[in-house]
Amino acid sequence: MKPVERIVGTMAPLPRADVDTDQIIPQQFLKRIERTGYGQFLFHSWAHDHEGTPLPEFIINRPERQGASVLVAGRNFGCGSSREHAVWAIHDRGFEAVIAPSFADIFRNNAVNVGLLPVELPEPIVNELLTVAEDPTAEVAIDLVGQTVVAPGVDAVFTIDPDARRRLLSGLDPIAATLELEDQILAHEQTRHDWMPVISS
Amino acid sequence: MRTRTLFDKIWDSHQIAETDPALLYVDLHLVHEVTSAQAFSGLELANRQVRRPDLTMATVDHGVPTTGRSLGIRDPLSKRQVDALRSNCERHGIQLYDIDDPRQGIVHVVSPEQGMTQPGMVIVCGDSHTSTHGAFGALAFGIGTSEVEHVLATQTISQKKPKTMAVEVGGHLPNGVTAKDLILGIISRIGVSGGQGHVIEYRGEAIRDLSMEERMTICNMSIEGGARAGMIAPDETTFAYLEGRPMAPKGAAWDRAMADWAELRSDLEATFDSIYSLSANELEPHVTWGVNPAQTTSITGTVPEPDAYSDLAQREAAVRALAYMALTPGTPIVDIPIDHVFLGSCTNARLEDLRAAAVVIAGKKVNHRVSAIVVPGSMQVKQHAETEGLDKIFTDAGFEWRDAGCSSCLAMNPDVIPAGARCASTSNRNYEGRQGRDARTHLVSPAMAAAAAIAGHFVDVREWS
Repeated sequence: MKPVERIVGTMAPLPRADVDTDQIIPQQFLKRIERTGYGQFLFHSWAHDHEGTPLPEFIINRPERQGASVLVAGRNFGCGSSREHAVWAIHDRGFEAVIAPSFADIFRNNAVNVGLLPVELPEPIVNELLTVAEDPTAEVAIDLVGQTVVAPGVDAVFTIDPDARRRLLSGLDPIAATLELEDQILAHEQTRHDWMPVISS
Repeated sequence: MRTRTLFDKIWDSHQIAETDPALLYVDLHLVHEVTSAQAFSGLELANRQVRRPDLTMATVDHGVPTTGRSLGIRDPLSKRQVDALRSNCERHGIQLYDIDDPRQGIVHVVSPEQGMTQPGMVIVCGDSHTSTHGAFGALAFGIGTSEVEHVLATQTISQKKPKTMAVEVGGHLPNGVTAKDLILGIISRIGVSGGQGHVIEYRGEAIRDLSMEERMTICNMSIEGGARAGMIAPDETTFAYLEGRPMAPKGAAWDRAMADWAELRSDLEATFDSIYSLSANELEPHVTWGVNPAQTTSITGTVPEPDAYSDLAQREAAVRALAYMALTPGTPIVDIPIDHVFLGSCTNARLEDLRAAAVVIAGKKVNHRVSAIVVPGSMQVKQHAETEGLDKIFTDAGFEWRDAGCSSCLAMNPDVIPAGARCASTSNRNYEGRQGRDARTHLVSPAMAAAAAIAGHFVDVREWS
């Protein structure tokens, strides 16, 4: 995973609450066994007609929004399914951060694991950003070190779980870190209740 | 000593070390074909092994066909995904209940019926409906593919400690009102993000009254209220369900398990971060009218006016939902005609669900304009239902009787609801496009879905004769 420190770029506003992962990437695109190549399917049903032709008015299809690196959305973003494909699709499409008043729990974890920065800000500030983002040239700067979000007329501080922040900043492999606790894992395994199931293959 | 909730007890006993976030040991890792391939590839790239294949179980469910299985999987992408799982399981020595195995089915149906899901365990799966297993007093939650890889490699999961919420349900469910109506009622009250950051413990008289299958329906939909996990303290109902199942403890191990399980309840004085109370007595059969599971009303209700919502975001969501669902405010729910009925999913495709639907349709015929299918949650459920003759009741009425899988719940297999069609579904999500692009989903209980299939529109199953 590439470390995340500072993101400066233009925005794509999606002023909707409860955007579920089925909208972010519909089920028919979950059949691939690769981790990449999902960007083209982002918000597919909102972004395409029935023939699969892109709808020019949908926000991420507009020419002036190409290159936007921050998605700004309503509360409870990423609710529903655990599909990490939703994060892969957003990231693959070129977005480096999502700003919303709140995120669904699994989506937030997935985002951190992939290196997509979830930025939670109070709803009134997100609403201000949504207004600022109507100008496709307006830039936002997100600083994960200082935990700040700065855009024209907006200067906010955000909170993020310290461990998530540390992992995003370092880009280190969490599995390698856990494997260093081998002794503790082994010790726990020795105390695991003997009545618990063991699945034979 | 401080008082602890059921959740606290399981959390504490699974923490590997005093770290923040916690590192929890995983007692059972459930795997299916859609969210695991990239995790196995990641493992191999890093030259890592599956630490505990003996604590890992795999089945194929999301993309498998529910008809014509002797012909194989015809969708080349779904086939590739299932083939990838087969070779991953073979390479790493993981038990796979493959498409031709009599135990195959939806992962959240299979594990409990095999007795793998037991009280006090930590269970994870790359699927948000893993919350189902909390019905046994286990801590069970959905994870993403990167986390699946972490669990495969380490048999642990790193988690920030969630808050606790008690949902207290007093009274008794009235006749014709089911566990599905109860959980839809809870979600409509707390909202789709009401449980965010929380683990819910369902408790109270109405919860204790529920069978294990009903409890699974409740815990299954915890995620639709934003909670990653829902739990119910184990009791005699739990133990009676488990005893004798293939993977349940036997003999002296059963006695030791019972002694441990008896401790698995929230202490009397334990405190929760939040408490929500309601009475089951006041509930009616529910029908969703919108595009999230909180957009729900009762069968005696009408399609709401968006203006009834004081919250702007909810009002705007209602306007969009009504446009997608092609519904007009003020329309009585019983006047909504339906085209499809889907009786299936990890929410409502167990034996009791099929029985409840069969009672409603026995001797009747599916309405001529309705296409109706039954997709049992597992091949075991299917077999038991056939032993009872339920298949005959369904097929005589005009339902199709299918093989087990997730099917139309998320339409990754060929069971896609056509654009514009309206489906009464016993599943868990009514999101836009969930059952097929521009398909319109109404979530209901099995009995309500069955009655709608016969009538061709929603009916109040309490008045059904």
